[in-house]
Amino acid sequence: MTRFLRLLAVFLLFAAPLRAQEGFEAVVAGLAGGFAAQAEAVERLGALGDPRAVPILRALSEGRLQKSPEGALAIDGRDALTGAPAPTATEAIRINNRVRGALRGAFGRLELASASDAERAAAAAGLFRARSPENIQILEDALGREANPGVRATMERALAASRLAAPDAGVRRQGILMLGGTASPEARGLLLEARTASPDLAPEIDAAVAAIDQRLQLRRVAETAFQGLSLGSVLLLAALGLAVTFGVMGVINMAHGEMVMLGAYTTVVVQEAFRGIPWLFPWALPLSVPAAFLVTAAVGAGLERGLIRHLYGRPLETLLMTFGVGMILQQAVRLAFGAQNREVISPAWMQGVITLPGGVEVTQNRLWIIIFSLLVLGLTVAAIRFTRFGLEMRAVVQNRRIASTMGIRTGRVDAMTFAFGSGIAGMAGVALSQIDNVSPNLGTGYIIDSFMVVVFGGVGSLAGTMIGAFTLGLVNKLLEPWAGAVLAKIAVLVGIMLFIQRRPKGLFALKGRAAEQ
Amino acid sequence: MSGVLYLDGVSVVFDGFKALNNLSMIIEPGELRAIIGPNGAGKTTMMDIITGKTRPTAGTVQFADHDLTRLDEAAIANLGIGRKFQKPTVFDALTVFENLELALKAPRDPWSCLRWVLGADYQRRIEATMAEIGLADRAHDRAAILSHGQRQWLEIGMLLMQEPQLLLVDEPVAGMTDQETEHTAALLRRIAGQRSVVVVEHDLEFVRALGAKVTVMCEGTVLSEGSIDHVQNDQRVIEVYLGR
Amino acid sequence: MSATTITPAPRIQGGTILRGLLLAGLAILAMLPVLNRLPPESVLYVSDFVVAVSGKWICYGILALAIDLAWGYAGILSLGHGAFFALGGYAMGMHLMRLIGPRGVYGHPVLPDFMVFLGYTELPWPWWGFSSFPYAMLMALLVPGALAGIVGWLAFRSRITGVYLSIITQAMTYALMLAFFRNDMGFGGNNGFTDFKELLGVPLNTAGARAALFYAALVALGVSLLLCRLVTQSKLGRVLVAVRDAESRVRFLGYNTTSVKLSVFVLSAMLAGLAGALYVPLIGIINPGEFSPGNSIEAVIWVAVGGRGTLVGALLGAFSVNALKTWLTSFAPDLWLFVLGGLFVAVTLFLPRGLVGLLRKGEGR
Repeated sequence: MTRFLRLLAVFLLFAAPLRAQEGFEAVVAGLAGGFAAQAEAVERLGALGDPRAVPILRALSEGRLQKSPEGALAIDGRDALTGAPAPTATEAIRINNRVRGALRGAFGRLELASASDAERAAAAAGLFRARSPENIQILEDALGREANPGVRATMERALAASRLAAPDAGVRRQGILMLGGTASPEARGLLLEARTASPDLAPEIDAAVAAIDQRLQLRRVAETAFQGLSLGSVLLLAALGLAVTFGVMGVINMAHGEMVMLGAYTTVVVQEAFRGIPWLFPWALPLSVPAAFLVTAAVGAGLERGLIRHLYGRPLETLLMTFGVGMILQQAVRLAFGAQNREVISPAWMQGVITLPGGVEVTQNRLWIIIFSLLVLGLTVAAIRFTRFGLEMRAVVQNRRIASTMGIRTGRVDAMTFAFGSGIAGMAGVALSQIDNVSPNLGTGYIIDSFMVVVFGGVGSLAGTMIGAFTLGLVNKLLEPWAGAVLAKIAVLVGIMLFIQRRPKGLFALKGRAAEQ
Repeated sequence: MSGVLYLDGVSVVFDGFKALNNLSMIIEPGELRAIIGPNGAGKTTMMDIITGKTRPTAGTVQFADHDLTRLDEAAIANLGIGRKFQKPTVFDALTVFENLELALKAPRDPWSCLRWVLGADYQRRIEATMAEIGLADRAHDRAAILSHGQRQWLEIGMLLMQEPQLLLVDEPVAGMTDQETEHTAALLRRIAGQRSVVVVEHDLEFVRALGAKVTVMCEGTVLSEGSIDHVQNDQRVIEVYLGR
Repeated sequence: MSATTITPAPRIQGGTILRGLLLAGLAILAMLPVLNRLPPESVLYVSDFVVAVSGKWICYGILALAIDLAWGYAGILSLGHGAFFALGGYAMGMHLMRLIGPRGVYGHPVLPDFMVFLGYTELPWPWWGFSSFPYAMLMALLVPGALAGIVGWLAFRSRITGVYLSIITQAMTYALMLAFFRNDMGFGGNNGFTDFKELLGVPLNTAGARAALFYAALVALGVSLLLCRLVTQSKLGRVLVAVRDAESRVRFLGYNTTSVKLSVFVLSAMLAGLAGALYVPLIGIINPGEFSPGNSIEAVIWVAVGGRGTLVGALLGAFSVNALKTWLTSFAPDLWLFVLGGLFVAVTLFLPRGLVGLLRKGEGR
């Protein structure tokens, strides 16, 4: 059977254009005849599979196809075949129900044979809704030559739905089995409808519905998990820089959100700069990452050297001071770029939706941000573990005096650490520009969440920050369906407060003497 | 009225490091005890355990039949256990008088503090203590401007105001002149008559001046116990101090 | 119930200049509604705008006292006092809404307009009793107090201090803001409450009512100042300072610092609630924006500017920063945020003791 279909497909592929060249015009001429001749011509056009037939048939179905007394066909005053201006003395061609039926079939076939994946899928979706046993044959033919898995799935659903409407119980049973293999709420609805129509098949239908329900449930779980991971990755990005400045250095930087915001605006600037250079433009976003890192790292270094270092050992003052700095940065950006949102264009490779097996839909940009957040985490860990700078940083954190006697310039290390944390925040800004509005107060929304992640995960632990971010993201998204977005957020905040009761030092607490300093 | 301090099999583990290892010790009422030992022997951790700052991983800590491992710092202090820290901590923003007034044994709940009126007898007691610690003429100076030795004294004075049954004193003579050291030893000896006093000290001359029973700690446990002469001749103690 | 000691010590107090400044300021404030009644041609005439603005500042002054009591004395830097202020305001707002009665747009005898609009058929339970003024005033104190009690108890018993506490309180006001923005909370959603008609039987839009509200706020400020002074001059005040500087040492002295901090935090929250309750009828509106974390931290900076740890400083800061704000936003609104941000930086770096510290230095102390 499949072998035959494959042969048929090959045959159609090569033969159809040949036959079309031979007979297309002759067949079209048949449309000017009587109802019987029209119906035959329509069916033959459908079988020919020549896309030129589509506008003509559509005109016929809409009553816009006209014939001159000589039998020449015209659409809206132009010759139907050549497109040349047509004589005016023409009359509209009328059709009857038989011709209409033939037209539906022909459309289905023609569109199912279209070169565009989207059109074929749309045609199959149309036939799914039509649910007519007449389409069984057409769909079987189309499936035989279809190669695109996505379109195949739609066609199979349409075929199953069409079979469900067949008079023959055996065919209907086939349809039920096919629908039961999908994870489509529409298929579920069809099955429930069919249950009242054919009580004899109730057990099969129930089994099929149960199978669909299970698959839908699984998909929901998978989608929630993805959304949770996605939110978690955003939280991770926002919190990672803070995990360095607050977690490692103990400096509370309330302007952290503004560093994220500056990173997002760097993306805007880079994009504007590259707008005139077409070959470079698609690279604007990737190039924004180092640019944002450098810009925010420079701002961070300046902030640390100029202001924060004078307040070491006075965390509450540092908190207030950096809040003021954040205000100034926000207002400066507001005056420079305007208060309204700036648009950042996603490159083509970040747009669109991927459908995973099982029908789980995943937006590309969210997927990229998850990957990006893990990359940034990896880079951060690597920088702390394996570089000279990381070594000096850890030395200064553990014992400033001894580090300084070993010849480490602690002031420079402080500035670099703070610049590093700020730079990470800037890179987070590049990613967030893809999913959030780029406005001067972009950062305010993230600062509290970031602190919650760091405190929840355990101050000073990057692993804790990662696990904290993903846990909070998942919990938030799990709660959302029943609590709503705002209450879920509030519940998470309250949950963290209660959690801190049990473990005041977070998930990954430092223990012993080091923690008591 | 005074109670016995009783530690049995106390261990504390920080991230795999055993700060205290099966430590057992009994301090009798009215006893004066000196504890010595090298750095990291667990002396300060032992005080942390007794005062509720740190919870033991295992073991029993009792004072006058109260299980100290279940009480917080404030409750333990109210049982009559006072502590003087290694680094003198007095309240810089308050005067000498006010520091002592805060330490004075009196109801400590917020409402009582709000309604507190200093009676004449209390005033006399504070003045007597100030005389004892040599700060009578500094009553209304803020603690911030006192010298290091004066701060040590003020802290001891605060301990006295608490009227504790057990005093834990961590390196009281660090940074003191010889004369001050002598004065301190005399004061602690005098106090020990009515209360138990545990002194942690490095200065062996001072320990000798106290004339107390000595416990030598090492690696979180008791190495040797007895008179100063006894422990100074103990071979194990010599090894620990002089190295093998 | 005297709380003063017979200690002959000179208490650390604002100098004579400061005390004079405070009394003069309060006296001028007390004159404003009277001067407002003068004919507009008079040199001493004070416009409605000035009276309204100073009324607002008085409420801010109470809020600043509340923050100073917690932060300046006990070292509890709350970034969520705006929430207590707003809750007090909401309690008063609910009372004012109930008093509108059938005069609303929809004319419903009991339900406020927004409830009719949202299809409520009966009054939700949190609204019960708010038609009574004493009940509403009680709630304006008790609700912030209870919230501070719960949050404070959770935080203090697990020894959350310093910046952690600040962040937690900021998260608290942020969460409340999100909650109050929701329509189905039953508190008017993002529009909040407005269009109030009367209070205690007096229409709010009359000059007399405005003056009465002004004086009520001024009296409340005076009472709050005395109350704070009572606390800070008592032994409790000295315990607070001790807790601020060395909390663990206070614990080893046998004080339960959790209950000490909790009591002052609750008292402070109630004062903030009182400020909010007075603020709403003066301003004529309350909405969830009052919960915004920025408001709370702005109030903290008043105290920092004036000088924390002194009650005069808190008032001085609240008045001077708000005066600056009113003046600057009228002709250079874009500049204001730079100046406010700059204040945060300048005060923390150069003026840790605030204006009071500066004036004391001037006095040679």
